[in-house]
Amino acid sequence: MSFDATFQNKRFNSVGTRPLRPDGIDKVTGRARYGADFNMPGQLVARVLRSPHAHARIKGIDTSKAEAVKGVKAIVTAADMPDLTDGDEALFAILDNCMAREKAMYDGHAVAAVAAIDESSAKAALKLIKVDYEVLPHVVDVDAAMMADAPVLNDTIFTQGVEPAPSKPSNVANRSEFGHGDVDAGFAKADIIVERSYKTEQAHQGYIEPHACVASCNADGTADLWVCTQGHFVYRQNCADLLGLEASKLRVTSSEIGGGFGGKTHVWAEPVALALSRKAGRPVKLIMSREEVFRASGPTSATSIDVKIGATKDGKITAAEATLRYTSGPYPDMWAELGAMTAFAPYDLENVKTVGFEVVVNRPKVAAYRAPSAPMAAFAAESAVDELAKEIGMDPVDFRIANVAKEGTRSSYGPVYGPIGIGPTLDAAKAHPHMSAPLGPNQGRGMACGFWFNFGGQTCTDLNISADGTVTIAVGTVDVGGSRASLSLIVAEELGIEYSDVKAVIADTSTLGYNDMTDGSRGTFSTSMATISAARNAIEVMRQRAAIMWDIPLEHIYWEDGHAKAAGSKHGNRAPLSVKDIAAEAGNTGGPIAGHSELVADGAGVSFATHICDIEVDSETGSSRVVRYTVIQDAGKAVHPAYVEGQYQGGAAQGIGWALNEEYIYGDDGRLQNPGFLDYRIPVCSDLPMIDTQILEIPNPNHPYGVRGVGETSIVPPLAAIANAVSNAVGLRMSHIPLSPPRILAALNAAKT
Amino acid sequence: MPAIAVSTTINDDTVEFLCQPDETLLDVLRNRLGLMGAKEGCGTGDCGACSAIVDGRVVCSCLVLGAEAEGRTIETIEGMANGNELHPLQRKFIEHAALQCGICTPGFLMAAKALLEVNPDPTETEIRFWLAGNLCRCTGYDKIVRAVQDAAAEMRGETA
Amino acid sequence: MVEVKLWAGLRPLADNQSVATVEASNIREMLRKLEERYPGLATPFRGQVAVAVDGVIYRDDWSKELPEGAEVMLIKRLAGG
Repeated sequence: MSFDATFQNKRFNSVGTRPLRPDGIDKVTGRARYGADFNMPGQLVARVLRSPHAHARIKGIDTSKAEAVKGVKAIVTAADMPDLTDGDEALFAILDNCMAREKAMYDGHAVAAVAAIDESSAKAALKLIKVDYEVLPHVVDVDAAMMADAPVLNDTIFTQGVEPAPSKPSNVANRSEFGHGDVDAGFAKADIIVERSYKTEQAHQGYIEPHACVASCNADGTADLWVCTQGHFVYRQNCADLLGLEASKLRVTSSEIGGGFGGKTHVWAEPVALALSRKAGRPVKLIMSREEVFRASGPTSATSIDVKIGATKDGKITAAEATLRYTSGPYPDMWAELGAMTAFAPYDLENVKTVGFEVVVNRPKVAAYRAPSAPMAAFAAESAVDELAKEIGMDPVDFRIANVAKEGTRSSYGPVYGPIGIGPTLDAAKAHPHMSAPLGPNQGRGMACGFWFNFGGQTCTDLNISADGTVTIAVGTVDVGGSRASLSLIVAEELGIEYSDVKAVIADTSTLGYNDMTDGSRGTFSTSMATISAARNAIEVMRQRAAIMWDIPLEHIYWEDGHAKAAGSKHGNRAPLSVKDIAAEAGNTGGPIAGHSELVADGAGVSFATHICDIEVDSETGSSRVVRYTVIQDAGKAVHPAYVEGQYQGGAAQGIGWALNEEYIYGDDGRLQNPGFLDYRIPVCSDLPMIDTQILEIPNPNHPYGVRGVGETSIVPPLAAIANAVSNAVGLRMSHIPLSPPRILAALNAAKT
Repeated sequence: MPAIAVSTTINDDTVEFLCQPDETLLDVLRNRLGLMGAKEGCGTGDCGACSAIVDGRVVCSCLVLGAEAEGRTIETIEGMANGNELHPLQRKFIEHAALQCGICTPGFLMAAKALLEVNPDPTETEIRFWLAGNLCRCTGYDKIVRAVQDAAAEMRGETA
Repeated sequence: MVEVKLWAGLRPLADNQSVATVEASNIREMLRKLEERYPGLATPFRGQVAVAVDGVIYRDDWSKELPEGAEVMLIKRLAGG
């Protein structure tokens, strides 16, 4: 990488301020256009037929009656989406998930789709599609799926990562192991050992905007896709690969996105919409209903985790061990592995071992959800850490500080840490007034730490300077929470111009180079890096133009405070040239002025947070209420602090919902019983208090401004923080997330008898 | 089915449209009238993203039939600003960073407007319970509540 | 010379070694030389690996220099939300 991303300490003018977001007016007036807010001439309406069975062989699909419905223009099944994946298992899983081939693998799995002139014709046609199912035994529970007598979902899955290789297929796709030292020797040195089992239920990202797209395929092989996505370039590649299109002929435009949280990193409906459009020869609009979003789009894993931690009486952890079982839906992935890597990441452990088991079940294909897999692992580990502190008689914060990882610590997942921020978040928690505030009756306080890897990735920015000196930037990561504001601040900072003189837009796939998915907390981290690089390239151009305007050698010109200045006594009396001055002359000094950057942003650095929460439990009903919540997290450098706070608060709220209420509930028939916001209850306004935030700024050495990703880590600690708070409030250790009223009440009643 | 002719008032304009008997007001607004500020997040009245004000009362437009609009007075997000002059709630939502993705924002603004019309000085608890029918997955509601409090204070003339 | 630690899943493809020593100045050279020595690594090296250099994870920047004495580990390429 030619761009030097090393952190340079400097005073900021724009970065760190809180200007109004540039897309604010569109979003408060209803003008912002999301996935469902776009239409094309002659557009058809698509609807998807989904399996009512958790596991069934598809013996045949008869679409003849449906095709005869007036207004129906195309029907597609797996037969219309031939397998072009050429042995790529991950891509095949996406294809099979978009449209079931030999078997329906979960309740809600797509089996056919219709495009018609209106919704009523499409719905009428769906009812007339006859699918001949042979219902097969199913399994949805992670522990049940691992039993020897469990129905095997896929007889080509032989557990990887075990010696000797198994001779029989099973639902355990792989085993992964991390750690160092000798845990048996470590436990032998422990004075006290806590050993517990935990479960967490499957949660959904719960973005308010259902998946929606408009697809238009032309007979000449060109195509357009308008879609809400976290990564239009990745969607383009996936759709092109699955449908045999040429990537450059498929233009994907990212609409405003109504929440993603990892759930819009994955195609579901988009290849189907394109296939329908190709067959019908007309544009097709496909919007998933909320029920379809729950039944068929990416939830997180359900888990079952065993943890064993030992410590000496003076509070030093001698060994930590965890076995983590994660569901991945019907297709193997690496969710358990991520859990195994993250579980003990906050701690400096001499002896640590984590083992992950990836388990396939008849549930929807798991998609990333904000720091995927880390919240469940942290729930188990941080619950056990808390219990151990209590048994030793140490304050939970002091116990964590006594064992905290720091620069030079070998992480539980392998590498040795560079400078990291977990210690400072714990110190801040210890000093925070929340920690010492009095508790009311029936209230308990809990705290917990969280860790997440952050990522960078391939990134582009085009920066164009208009003749009036105002600037547009076109970027390829989508704006999921205010990044156009933070990137405009970056341009203002780097060029020394006003924030209001910058306009940031999200470019489509035909107008900018490839950008990776907007995931891994990388939006502002990566694109700010590319934007700084693009701005510096534009400054180089402006220096050249200043040299032409002044007719002096380039090396006599330097850039400072947003101006080209002439160096040395010979030119010292020239008034500096502003961006506007130089831009005004661009037409006669060489044409339009721009700066571009294409780079790989790497070195995102890991991220840590500590959360504190107070909970009040009603022992008669088992219902609980968060009465105070504090988030402390390292941001490296908060570019737009209001939106950093927003990430902290939003992640905490999602974690609170997961911890207290949200869960997929399956019937014995393997059907999802609560595919709606009434019964899958995400936190509402009256459920929550204000969420206090404390932003720590420990510069990331691998970003010019010290920026760290902030999007994901805030969902990691809440499950544990809340479980610890509830456990302290009721005097019972709660080990099954969510801690819904029935579950708390059952624990209270069991303790009475 | 034969279409139904409906005459109604939307954002102070007289509007006439034809709709099917089973068509929701939300579908009419979005698909027939081009008023796409109201969003469908669930279609079952659970998320509030489609909130509109009908005869002064905030409703989920996905639970109202288009035909029921006959003779009513309807307000949608498109009518909230007075031309280029934003309603104080709209301004305060931007100032307080009370939106991230923004998909829920039109619904929250409609609901909050209806609240302040019946209760110009709500407590935090009153705001939280009034807005409990509107889901936001991004913000944790903190900045939304603050924006409503600040807008209410301004509308009462307590701040500049 | 850099010592490269391999994650457990890679070891069967590399003569069951957990550590391999190669002469390499950057990630690209290190991966190329490992692949020359252990051709079985070719498949995981196409899109499935990331490299931790002194604790910082590099997924794509294969020009990253490997300082003398740096701790270098191959880990799985991870996804985020």
